[in-house]
Amino acid sequence: MSDELIKKTAAELADALAAGETTSVEVTRAHLDRILEVDGTAESGVHAFLHVDAEGALTQAAESDARRTAGRARHLLDGVPIAVKDVLATQGLPTTCGSKILEGWVPPYDATVVRRIKDAGLPILGKTNMDEFAMGSSTEHSAYGPTRNPWDQTRIPGGSGGGSAAAVAAFEAPLALGTDTGGSIRQPGAVTGTVGVKPTYGGVSRYGLVALANSLDQVGPVTRTVLDSALLHELIGGHDPLDSTSVDAPVDGFVAAARQGATGDLKGLKVGVIKELAGEGWQPGVMQRFAETVDLLTELGAEVTEVSCPTFVHAMATYYLILPAECSSNLAKFDAMRYGLRVVPDGDPSAEAVMKATRDAGFGDEVKRRIMIGTYALSSGYYDAYYGQAQKVRTLISRDFAAAFEGVDVLVSPTSPTTAFPLGEKLDDPLAMYLQDLATIPANLAGVPGISVPAGLADEDGLPVGFQVLAPALADDRLYRVGAAVEAALTDRWGGPILAKAPTLEGPR
Amino acid sequence: MTDMLVPFDDVVASYDPALGLEIHVELNTNTKMFCGCPASFGGEPNTQVCPTCLGLPGAMPVVNGKAVESAIRIGLALNCDIAEWCRFARKNYFYPDMPKNFQTSQYDEPIAFEGYLDVEVEGETFRIEIERAHMEEDTGKSSHVGGTDGRIHGADYSLVDYNRAGIPLIEIVTKPILGTGEKAPLVAKAYVSAIRDLIVALGVSDARMDQGSIRADVNLSLAPKGSGVLGTRSETKNVNSLRSVERAVRFEMSRHAGILDAGGSVLQETRHFHENDGTTSSGREKSDAEDYRYFPEPDLVPVAPSREWVEELRATLPENPAAKRARLQEEWGFTDLDMRDTIGAGALALVEETVAAGAAPQAARKWWLTELTRRANDAGVELAELAVIPAQVAAVQALVDAKTINDKLARQVFDGLLAGEGTPEEIIAARGLAVVSDEGALSAAVDKAIAENPDIADKIRDGKVAAAGALIGAVMKEMRGQADAGRVRELVLEKLA
Repeated sequence: MSDELIKKTAAELADALAAGETTSVEVTRAHLDRILEVDGTAESGVHAFLHVDAEGALTQAAESDARRTAGRARHLLDGVPIAVKDVLATQGLPTTCGSKILEGWVPPYDATVVRRIKDAGLPILGKTNMDEFAMGSSTEHSAYGPTRNPWDQTRIPGGSGGGSAAAVAAFEAPLALGTDTGGSIRQPGAVTGTVGVKPTYGGVSRYGLVALANSLDQVGPVTRTVLDSALLHELIGGHDPLDSTSVDAPVDGFVAAARQGATGDLKGLKVGVIKELAGEGWQPGVMQRFAETVDLLTELGAEVTEVSCPTFVHAMATYYLILPAECSSNLAKFDAMRYGLRVVPDGDPSAEAVMKATRDAGFGDEVKRRIMIGTYALSSGYYDAYYGQAQKVRTLISRDFAAAFEGVDVLVSPTSPTTAFPLGEKLDDPLAMYLQDLATIPANLAGVPGISVPAGLADEDGLPVGFQVLAPALADDRLYRVGAAVEAALTDRWGGPILAKAPTLEGPR
Repeated sequence: MTDMLVPFDDVVASYDPALGLEIHVELNTNTKMFCGCPASFGGEPNTQVCPTCLGLPGAMPVVNGKAVESAIRIGLALNCDIAEWCRFARKNYFYPDMPKNFQTSQYDEPIAFEGYLDVEVEGETFRIEIERAHMEEDTGKSSHVGGTDGRIHGADYSLVDYNRAGIPLIEIVTKPILGTGEKAPLVAKAYVSAIRDLIVALGVSDARMDQGSIRADVNLSLAPKGSGVLGTRSETKNVNSLRSVERAVRFEMSRHAGILDAGGSVLQETRHFHENDGTTSSGREKSDAEDYRYFPEPDLVPVAPSREWVEELRATLPENPAAKRARLQEEWGFTDLDMRDTIGAGALALVEETVAAGAAPQAARKWWLTELTRRANDAGVELAELAVIPAQVAAVQALVDAKTINDKLARQVFDGLLAGEGTPEEIIAARGLAVVSDEGALSAAVDKAIAENPDIADKIRDGKVAAAGALIGAVMKEMRGQADAGRVRELVLEKLA
């Protein structure tokens, strides 16, 4: 029974709850049991969670059941449990951002997206692991130990949101919230065989998201199916008066688009394959699954052409100036004066000494690296050459997108150049790590939405490959239409969801 | 190290001063610049705070529309252009009273720029060019506990109150003010005074220098007379009264000249002003190496005021100062001399507000230019910085008009107001100041005075009414001043008719 419950999608759970076939307490308990069974610790197991709130989740589940019994369910997903990336502020629940510097911090307020899922009645299972302050593509930069990929626990689950993706892939949660600054939702989705959506910039409130890079960050759904992502996206999206960069655009067409896409009809849809996001250095098995998926689109009636976005080759350099610049400033607030870690050096309790010692002890190497790069890039005399120049290239990248979208409805590429690599492999080579986000970064720079859906397993290692679809700003519905069409056709071809091919997880005992 | 000070007359004989003034105006919006917390003064420490103004992880700013409106009105009143599109920027530096360790401010895209304000000093008009007026947020307030003088050095520990963090500020920056010569200190003072009057007229700030709602930084440099160059400047921070502005300029001119005369170079630094002796002392060195790493605030969308809105706001501006003076003189029936004295005493706005609060113009003028000017001089502060506000002056005059008190008792009421003893009514009650209206007691006192002064009484009976003054004085003395002199006179004349 419990195994059946955790294998259900969020939409199926919603139906079962509505039909009275199960209760939120049952569903929530099943997932909490699964977490106990497979999540383990920093040393072994999936380790998707940094904090599990069993008591809180069960209380919320009981409340949900009471509402449903009284005929007052607040939302289709009322009672369906969810996991939340530890970069989102949760009132009363620890929020560490995967960093020692925030160890023990319990926010006195909820992020807007957290408030929205709470108001809709989704029990929060806990907070998921991540690279420290979302800096990384493997979750190995978490100060609390890495998350392991449910497909192969010697490999990375992607990052920075490896915890959310692994939790969903390991059936520890049917839904999760992630954040995507350069691919932190989509790349983990790709390497864990799950679905991840980065909405249009401004489509989902960032209030309460501990910023990595404010102009790039976006909260989005992490799920096992495209429909589930659409359901969650409609719930969390929409204007928020607390985030003046959030746009006031309708968020009600996603579920409909997913249902339409699932019928498998893409007639008339114009698809552009981004020439620059493929080729030399890309894993052959990834390219093979990608090419097959593109052929599939043609079979479903789409018109596929190759599109060139020449400035995309500069996206990585641009990103690694803008992001560190913003984060060097964002992370200045972590100074031990008001919250979080506080280290007082012997003999010098002055504010300056405490700030220095705390930041030295509290930040990991990757965080320090980016603070230094960003501080440098913003410095007087260098600003124009680095930050200023990066902003100009950013504009060019946006123009490439605009030009491409004049001819096609969506753009496609592999989500990530490789499948999940072994833990530790790229830890000492930041540049190799950064390359994981080659295909996902352009969307963040331009603010356009993107989705990653499973495209199958690479021949050489049997690990999941992601297929990325990008759409113009505020045309997120196209992601759901195309994503659902690909998902339906491939699920048919495979005879079931891709995660059915994943190895059975055993407890870390 | 003590700097050699050169007598002021010698300074202006050898050097041309260049002034620059940066004025921070704390707006009186209901809420803070980027969040919904109250922006009011005071409050228990750290009670007017929220995730945004405390800089908690994840919290985001939202621009206060009312603050933008105030900024535009200030800009328009200073004859500035108003930006069609401008952004906030982060000014990055670490300090415990800054919750985010960056201040959200404006950098190269101010909301208002390229304006001017004319000020008059001893009949000469100086046009002060305004470089910019921009929006920013205030910091929290540190207090240092232990140690000797409340400074950070030697303190045992420090406390920070974030109630002030995020209160909207407008910073008004002048271009270098040249050609003021020996009038530099007075021009600086007149400019700050004019800004304050303008802010009062706009109603956008409490405009209390004593409470820090207007704070001036005074930049000064000297160059050899006639050289036409700009010297190295010092920046004296937070000069918090008009008189101090004048004194700070005067002191810095003497100090700079002392350094330059000795062949030294002035250090570019911030300086602290000391109210007690009118001197400045070195703050921190401010070199060009100081780098705030400004960049556009990515959490805020640009501010793009429509031209229609700007024109609507222009229509709400108060009349220009010269026209206003002419109108007030007409309305109040003041002579030219009355008017000049009132303006010279820095009492124009105060008299206006007092009249608006119900007092007769001459009565309002009398209190501000005599009694209150004397007290301001005694305390070494400007009139407007006295802890008596126009509404209170009007209230006192109303009590005089109602014959509850007389002018002499009113002075004691002002004593009470300055001592913070409460409202005029409370002070009258507490100090027992009300005029005695008990006719019996008054009548008895008059009888007693007549009995004790038979000669004078006879004179009055003989029709020498002018002699009544002596009897009235005796009665007032008997009543300890708490009698209505008019009524006493009536009684004396009645009884001796």
